[in-house]
Amino acid sequence: MNQGTPVATLDGRSPIYRQIAEQISADILSGALEPDAQVMSTNQFAAHFRINPATVAKGFQQLVDDGLLYKKRGIGMFVSPDAPQRLRARHRERFMADVVDPMIAEAHLIGIDLDDVVDRIHRRRQDDHR
Amino acid sequence: MTLDLELRGTSLRYDDGTEALRGIDLAVPAGTILGLLGRNGAGKSSLMSLVASLHRPTGGQVLVGGREPWERPDLTAQVALIGEAAEGGTWKVRDALTSAGYLRPTWDPSYADRLLDLFEIPNVKISNLSRGKRAALACLVGLAGRTPITMYDEPYLGMDAPTRYAFYDEVLSDYMVHPRTVIISTHHIDEVASLFGQVAIIDAGRLVTYDDTDNLRSRGVEVTGPTSAVDDFTSAAGLRVLTTRRLGGTKAAVTYGELTEAARRRAADAGLELGPISLQDLFVHLSTPQPEEAAL
Repeated sequence: MNQGTPVATLDGRSPIYRQIAEQISADILSGALEPDAQVMSTNQFAAHFRINPATVAKGFQQLVDDGLLYKKRGIGMFVSPDAPQRLRARHRERFMADVVDPMIAEAHLIGIDLDDVVDRIHRRRQDDHR
Repeated sequence: MTLDLELRGTSLRYDDGTEALRGIDLAVPAGTILGLLGRNGAGKSSLMSLVASLHRPTGGQVLVGGREPWERPDLTAQVALIGEAAEGGTWKVRDALTSAGYLRPTWDPSYADRLLDLFEIPNVKISNLSRGKRAALACLVGLAGRTPITMYDEPYLGMDAPTRYAFYDEVLSDYMVHPRTVIISTHHIDEVASLFGQVAIIDAGRLVTYDDTDNLRSRGVEVTGPTSAVDDFTSAAGLRVLTTRRLGGTKAAVTYGELTEAARRRAADAGLELGPISLQDLFVHLSTPQPEEAAL
């Protein structure tokens, strides 16, 4: 049974339930937690990270609501079969806003012509195809 | 077994006229781990002494499981207040624990033995223990007592960091097996903050904030950017500005309030950075009376 070993520690600043959800999401995306793998129990997670179990439960519930985890009554929480696809789709949606838009803003700020950026992207793509 | 706790307009005025608590309204659900935060003299110990029936409120009510505990031994036995360090003078540790067990129907002697090993407390006269070991012994009594309402009033004094973390781990792991209501007052906020389901902040005898820890944390945001943009944004978003710092044309404002997704987008469009602040920082700012502007 793959329990997915958590690596990062929580930073104690942003809401912890959200950090828990983000961390498990990252493990699913990286493949550390595979579809249908069992996730650590609320109590194991709480003890490991020294977190109030109610807070952990809230983080897990968010992942269940997002369709990334499913519950088996009396057994525990498991990774949804389509969780990696869902996460990739979600990250694709945010990619333009989170990565491309700030890059354009930065380019404007320091006076780099967007045509040069586009050229660079084309050149990198040709390199990749070679 | 767990019990809930409620304070209704509770006040405490000491014989010398000191107003320690002024009309506290606080409802703590059964099975909560509550962080009770406040500066020195804010009223944390006074509040806990009322719950433990060491004092009687001079106004309002204290309700343990819906009933007033004052002079009701059946209820006061359900409440434990753990102070800074175990007392007991010439008693030996094990004898003191035996008598502690007599006083508490829920006492778990085998857990007490395990904790003696964990905290490395030798069976000597309590007066011969170091300050740190006496603090650990006090925490042990709180843990092994398993009282439905267990309060720790700055239990860590003199305890080294590894022992404090061992204590936090025990509070949590025992709570998961034997749920109860736990109240911890501490100045080491960031060390224990993640244990707290709820946080209450008191200042000068008044309850300033009582909220879910994560809600409280998400209400504290630092807004950084050009001075005028920061000012426009914080007033448009209706955020309470707790403190600000300025460096040239840049301003950082620590704010408190609900921030909608739309407001977050507006901040990004205005070139402002939004950063989280720790519970400890939030506490410092919420318990400082006036917003002040200081140069960086």
